[in-house]
Amino acid sequence: MSELTALTLTAAREALRRREISARELTEAHLRAMEAARDLNAYITETPERALAMADAADARLARGESGLLEGLPLAIKDLFCTEGILTTAGSHILEGFVPPYESTVTRRLWEAGAVCLGKANLDEFAMGSANVTSYYGPVRNPWTRPGEEVPLVPGGSSGGSAAAVAARLCLGATGTDTGGSIRQPASFCGVVGMKPTYGRCSRFGIVAFASSLDQAGPLTRTVADCALLLQAMAGYDPQDSTSAAREVPDWSGGLSGEVRGLRIGVPAEYRVEGMPEEIERLWRQGAEWLRAAGAEIREISLPHTRYALPAYYIIAPAEASSNLARYDGMRFGLRVEGADLTETYMKTRGRGFGAEVKRRVLIGTYALSAGYYDAYYLKAQKVRRRIAEDFTAAFREVDAILTPTAPSAAFRLGEKSDDPVAMYLNDVFTVPASLAGLPGISVPAGLSAEGLPLGLQVIGRAWDEATVLRVGRALEEAAAFTALPYGLAEVAG
Amino acid sequence: MALDKTTVARIAHLARIEIPESELDALTGELAKILEWIDQLGEVDTERVEPMRKVMDIPAHWRPDEVTDGGRREDILANAPETHDGYFVVPKVVE
Repeated sequence: MSELTALTLTAAREALRRREISARELTEAHLRAMEAARDLNAYITETPERALAMADAADARLARGESGLLEGLPLAIKDLFCTEGILTTAGSHILEGFVPPYESTVTRRLWEAGAVCLGKANLDEFAMGSANVTSYYGPVRNPWTRPGEEVPLVPGGSSGGSAAAVAARLCLGATGTDTGGSIRQPASFCGVVGMKPTYGRCSRFGIVAFASSLDQAGPLTRTVADCALLLQAMAGYDPQDSTSAAREVPDWSGGLSGEVRGLRIGVPAEYRVEGMPEEIERLWRQGAEWLRAAGAEIREISLPHTRYALPAYYIIAPAEASSNLARYDGMRFGLRVEGADLTETYMKTRGRGFGAEVKRRVLIGTYALSAGYYDAYYLKAQKVRRRIAEDFTAAFREVDAILTPTAPSAAFRLGEKSDDPVAMYLNDVFTVPASLAGLPGISVPAGLSAEGLPLGLQVIGRAWDEATVLRVGRALEEAAAFTALPYGLAEVAG
Repeated sequence: MALDKTTVARIAHLARIEIPESELDALTGELAKILEWIDQLGEVDTERVEPMRKVMDIPAHWRPDEVTDGGRREDILANAPETHDGYFVVPKVVE
């Protein structure tokens, strides 16, 4: 790990503005780190030439005294964002060779702010997974291992490549997307900060769609201040996404503090799930204690329908996916496997092009939407979804933010839970409820498990109140003082 | 609602996904297990609950009815598996 790759996004930004470092040397340091860490499989596509050209352009602007919000800062982009002229795979065989002729709104904003594209980060196929093991391009390794062990661990998912790249210092920050926990859970597993903003904060235009009523883009970074900065550049109204909100993007990074005095923080009784390790329960209590010590008031709250969030999600998300993924038919882009006629061509293309988890979800979704089952499954799930959203509305009459664990475990072994879909789904038990309600949530690294692996705490806020979420996140970050590094990096750093 | 092999084959056809006969039993088992777990939704009282069709209460945006994109035939065809003379080539649909 070089000094340059160890910088935070915020510190690198200052150093670039003061011209103490150049965007080119910062980018080169990251390209070298990426090359040295290819065994993690964090990137599907590296874009060194484009990165250096973008860095040189940033240096030229900096020399003229111009600088965008992210001028010269090297980032990884989850390979679910369409990037003009750069292979975009969504981690799927069915998008083989797909080079978008257009740019997603979120990435366009980043490049307009001066950011440098290092490459496209690995992910679960179509963002469907919680361990980054469903990617056609192979699993991502978590840079963390249990001390003294070589056994590969998963980075979480679906933004596993993004989280691993941030943790391993292979970028200063990364974009992710979160449908049911896909930013927050890998952030927790990799010891980094990850935030899903309010549904509608970031444009979904040009992001390969999984479940359109749930998908949101968000940042993965090493600090809460970096998270505020990156989100600020990503967010904003876009006429090309009718569900994006025409709201001002606040100056989250400028006004950021960890001041929580007088804030009421809710601790939901229903998040004490069966089988949750005692150390996670303890860390959660510790988090509440930190906030109390900083002047917040802690209140027990109830979110009664919590346990129904996951099953409702596993109807709604697959139903939307079955509809969104209908576009992959082998006719206009991507893989085509020829059959005897049109129907057979469709069936062979989709049969070979989709992996096992994607097929399971498309089939569940097709079933839930099919004649005779629509009311029993899809409509029922949408009614339960409203119940869950109402639970939050009621809770936010009494509290300003909610504190929970991010995930029910630390990172697990590669291969574990892979043969049991439901066991894999349970990873998202704490992140899915806020997703269904469209609320903002952040995961902040708060401590290490007994095995020496990072554990995150989640803060959930009111709709459009990312500011409070970031503030509480910052307070947790200050109190936790999480400085542990993945073991490979700790050795190099000496 | 128990799921059987015939139903899975029917859904797979609706979804236009080829599932080899040899994988159908295992897949039926997996999907049945997932649906059985989902069936706990039945415990929730949803009488008089409106389905949630909209996540955030965002008003519909108005904009002038103007052409904002188009004239990009080459871009659109660039990723096609097969093209001819500015068109997508697809398997024959009508006899």
